[in-house]
Amino acid sequence: MEKTVNQKAWFLVLPVLLLVAFSAVIPLMTVVNYSVQDTFGNNQFFWAGLDWFREMLSSDRMWNALGRQLAFSGIILAIEVPLGIFVALNMPKSGFWASLCLVLMSLPLLIPWNVVGTIWQIFGRVDIGLLGYTLDAMGVSYNYTQDTLAAWITIVTMDVWHWTSLVALLAYAGLKSIPDAYYQAAKIDQASRWKVFRFIELPKMMGVLMIAILLRFMDSFMIYTEPFVVTGGGPGNATTLLSIDLVKMALGQFDLGPAAAFSIMYFLVILLISWVFYTVMTNLDRKGA
Amino acid sequence: MDWMAWTWPTATFFTVIATLLIVFTVLAIRYPETPRVGILRIETTRGDRLFITLLGSAFINLAWLGVVGAGQPYALVVCLIYAAAVFRWV
Repeated sequence: MEKTVNQKAWFLVLPVLLLVAFSAVIPLMTVVNYSVQDTFGNNQFFWAGLDWFREMLSSDRMWNALGRQLAFSGIILAIEVPLGIFVALNMPKSGFWASLCLVLMSLPLLIPWNVVGTIWQIFGRVDIGLLGYTLDAMGVSYNYTQDTLAAWITIVTMDVWHWTSLVALLAYAGLKSIPDAYYQAAKIDQASRWKVFRFIELPKMMGVLMIAILLRFMDSFMIYTEPFVVTGGGPGNATTLLSIDLVKMALGQFDLGPAAAFSIMYFLVILLISWVFYTVMTNLDRKGA
Repeated sequence: MDWMAWTWPTATFFTVIATLLIVFTVLAIRYPETPRVGILRIETTRGDRLFITLLGSAFINLAWLGVVGAGQPYALVVCLIYAAAVFRWV
């Protein structure tokens, strides 16, 4: 049967468009308006031109926060993606244990960000937290409120704990979709385990892995709640990631203009990276098809 | 609309963007797009090229502001050259 082309279906998208307009487009336009003006509250605005952008581009504060943010996203991707693949490869393929694994793996994903933050905030404390207390008792100096390295290890471990399962579940779905014939062919050719992974599993997982990387990158690049609850951006500014700095600037100091300029640049970076990922992904799909 | 703190320059900016989107939508309906592969080795339609142009222009403007720091309108000239290049070769 031939499909009929009916463009009227686009009208069904209207409610979403309306919703997005109110939740994203109008606020974004307001932010652009703020970014070229100065205000002292009372809804009075004064024209500032491109001054805020100039100030932000030459501000060490923003570049440092961007550096920390990129480092954070890079580190968690470098850990979560290989670890997720490793877990997926070693998960049972079917039966009771497979279901149990899936349920256990999805548990961290269901916990809200602020709760994850609180769990790790307490878990890491030297006085009452299991992790902090144990490490302290073993003679390891660990205090995430005073030591930069400890703070970083804590937030990275927390993110890995929270989100590796997402990568693992996606990779697992990719693995499950590989027909048995591929493995049989590999067996006939006496391919080694590594070669099976390199030439069968990895290429077949590429699509879902790209989605996993994109999701994890976006999420970690915008991360706010978890590190904010655990370290509050400290010690000093050591874990002040982009969004934490942005909120400090906009709501803490009420510097709406600079914060707006800052968030527009933040938005542009996210847009660029998402576009690159999306393009790579759709091109991979096309090659696979 | 007071709370949105509109200014003439930003209003003009958004009008230009909206006009571009409408023009390209109409163009896409009138003359359906055929994807092609350019120097980026990716398949792009006319809409994709508009997106690449707009996003790139934003970064060109920021780079101009950060590196040169004066004569911002000249950045727009660079953007126009960039746009022409994108629509010709990407």
